[in-house]
Amino acid sequence: MPVLDFGDALNLALREEMRRDPRVYCIGEDIVLGVPFGVTKGLAEEFGPARVRNAPISEAAIVGSAMGAAITGLVPVVDMHFADFVTCAMDEVANQIAKSRYMFGGQISCPLTLRMPYGIGKSAGGHHSNSVEAWFVNIPGLKVCIPSTPADARGLLKTAIRDPDPVLIFEHRGLYRVTGEVPEAETLVPLGLADVKRRGIDVTVIATARMVGESLAAADRLAGEGISVEVVDPRSLVPLDREGLAASVRKTHRVVIAEEGPMRGSVGAWLAWVIMEACFDDLDAPIARVAGPNIPIPFSPPLEAFATPGAADVVDAIRRVVK
Amino acid sequence: MYATMLRIRRAEERARELYAAGRIPGFIHLSIGQEAVAAGVCAPLQRDDYLLSTHRGHGHLIAKGGSLRGFMAELYGKATGCCKGKGGSMHIADASVGYLGANGVLTSGCVLAPGVGQSIQMRGTDQVAVTIFGDGAANRGPFHEGVNLAALWKVPVVFVCENNFWASTTAHDLSTAGGSIAARAAGYGIPGATVDGNDALAVYLAMESAVARARAGEGPSLIEARTVRFMGHFEGDPQGYRSRGEVEGGRQRDPIARLRAHLEEAKLLDAAHAARVAAAVEAEVQDAVDFAESSPLPAPEDALQDLFVHYPWSD
Ligand SMILES: Cc1ncc(C[n+]2csc(CCOP(=O)(O)OP(=O)(O)O)c2C)c(N)n1
Repeated sequence: MPVLDFGDALNLALREEMRRDPRVYCIGEDIVLGVPFGVTKGLAEEFGPARVRNAPISEAAIVGSAMGAAITGLVPVVDMHFADFVTCAMDEVANQIAKSRYMFGGQISCPLTLRMPYGIGKSAGGHHSNSVEAWFVNIPGLKVCIPSTPADARGLLKTAIRDPDPVLIFEHRGLYRVTGEVPEAETLVPLGLADVKRRGIDVTVIATARMVGESLAAADRLAGEGISVEVVDPRSLVPLDREGLAASVRKTHRVVIAEEGPMRGSVGAWLAWVIMEACFDDLDAPIARVAGPNIPIPFSPPLEAFATPGAADVVDAIRRVVK
Repeated sequence: MYATMLRIRRAEERARELYAAGRIPGFIHLSIGQEAVAAGVCAPLQRDDYLLSTHRGHGHLIAKGGSLRGFMAELYGKATGCCKGKGGSMHIADASVGYLGANGVLTSGCVLAPGVGQSIQMRGTDQVAVTIFGDGAANRGPFHEGVNLAALWKVPVVFVCENNFWASTTAHDLSTAGGSIAARAAGYGIPGATVDGNDALAVYLAMESAVARARAGEGPSLIEARTVRFMGHFEGDPQGYRSRGEVEGGRQRDPIARLRAHLEEAKLLDAAHAARVAAAVEAEVQDAVDFAESSPLPAPEDALQDLFVHYPWSD
């Protein structure tokens, strides 16, 4: 299988979808040159500026116009630049896009994809580093996916583009240059299907995006101590593969949930409840959680490091639940 | 246009009574007095042209040709409403006539419209997109973002500001700098026109040229139609903020009486014809009310439908 990095896998997905369907177009700030993460690089050469549209710094108009286009026959893929900036278009996402089909009684379809580069790293500071997926999981009417590998990134983005509903794809910017095998053949990853990234029998770690890699590293460390860790990546948060997660928990009876966003009001809290509801009688220990602190992401490297959960935190949490 | 205005007036007057009688839940914002804007804006539009509206959108829906039955049943929250009771007065849409929704969030149409225009451009049809918003709404950022983007892309969009000089209880002069919304067009290099919004023909003519320009690929325009709302901001609004005289003055310029006088003068309408139109409108509105009254409410569990195409379990 060819090896690609996460960013190039996303680029491949865009290229494949734009070739397949002339209604698909990309819009965002600086996407012709593929700034800042290179995902849209080279697309303008192949598809022209009408389908790879550099937009003014007008987040509300970028997202709003994408919705206008989507409800009248096009298939936009919006690059949010940094997910933090979605607040400038929050009305468009939360009130317009999310509610259109429902409020209008199913008359209107809004097949739109929002690419959300997000996440902590490189001292990008408080307006460029936050994990905001929980905001959107809390908005009925949006689908939310969050890949951790290049293959999943390509497969999920392609599914998102083909989906008749609005889908947000959270692309952790710390993963863009991470490499992995990507199938030669065009592969779609369905929404709502979790993936076991490592098999184990003593504890299930449910992790998303960058925390999947951290959890695999934690699993490696603990393997030497005879603790066998299963790592499950839900890949999509809405819809959620409840059964896939529960199946793992029924095998291991112990659960750690690892995410990067703040602990409070988070996706992990929701997942913990899902597991509790489905598997209460199977649990041999309380569910443990790894998450970021309840602060905006600070700038200074030691502060940022403090705010960054990692493999060591997952190791600690696993030790707590298996002891 | 005359029949359209009458249809809007009567439908809203009936809605007002029915609201007072407790038949219609929620809030309603009536456009009584503003019918000439709705009729004039929609008259040059085809069925497949698009219209994005505001919280005060009943007239716009009716003028665009939306189903009166679907409209009335939606106000009632019935299963047969054009949004199956999920939208209501402020979020009503009728996609079958290109009416892409009233909007509870002011000014949102201004940023959706450039995308609708872009989709028209990319699909290569000769449709146009129109968005209507209030003068108060024109002070939100999305107005500027939307007009700028539409002008930049030269998309077939007409921005229509329905200026009734009030934003809820706040007077135009206290909220809107510069005195003219149409004048803002100059900053974006597009045509801006101010018209008497109580004169359906004036609105129609301004709109006709803006639509022709859009269809010819020459890009967006901005029209400011100055009008008077006869009722409160919402039904039940005590209107302590404005004088009776203002509304009375507006009624002197009632757009329906005015168009009728004009048509009679031009010998295009006589009393007998006007009576036939009025009777037909009355029957249509009554039919819509009867339909709404006799329609079933949605089943409670229908609340879980229509969120997505797939995953009806709404997780
Ligand atoms: C973004 C937003 N802010 C505030 C409101 C509350 N609100 C509803 S109508 C209204 C006044 C609108 O005035 P205008 O745009 O002039 O329209 P009109 O009511 O006069 O038709 C306000 C403030 C809203 N619906 N949306």
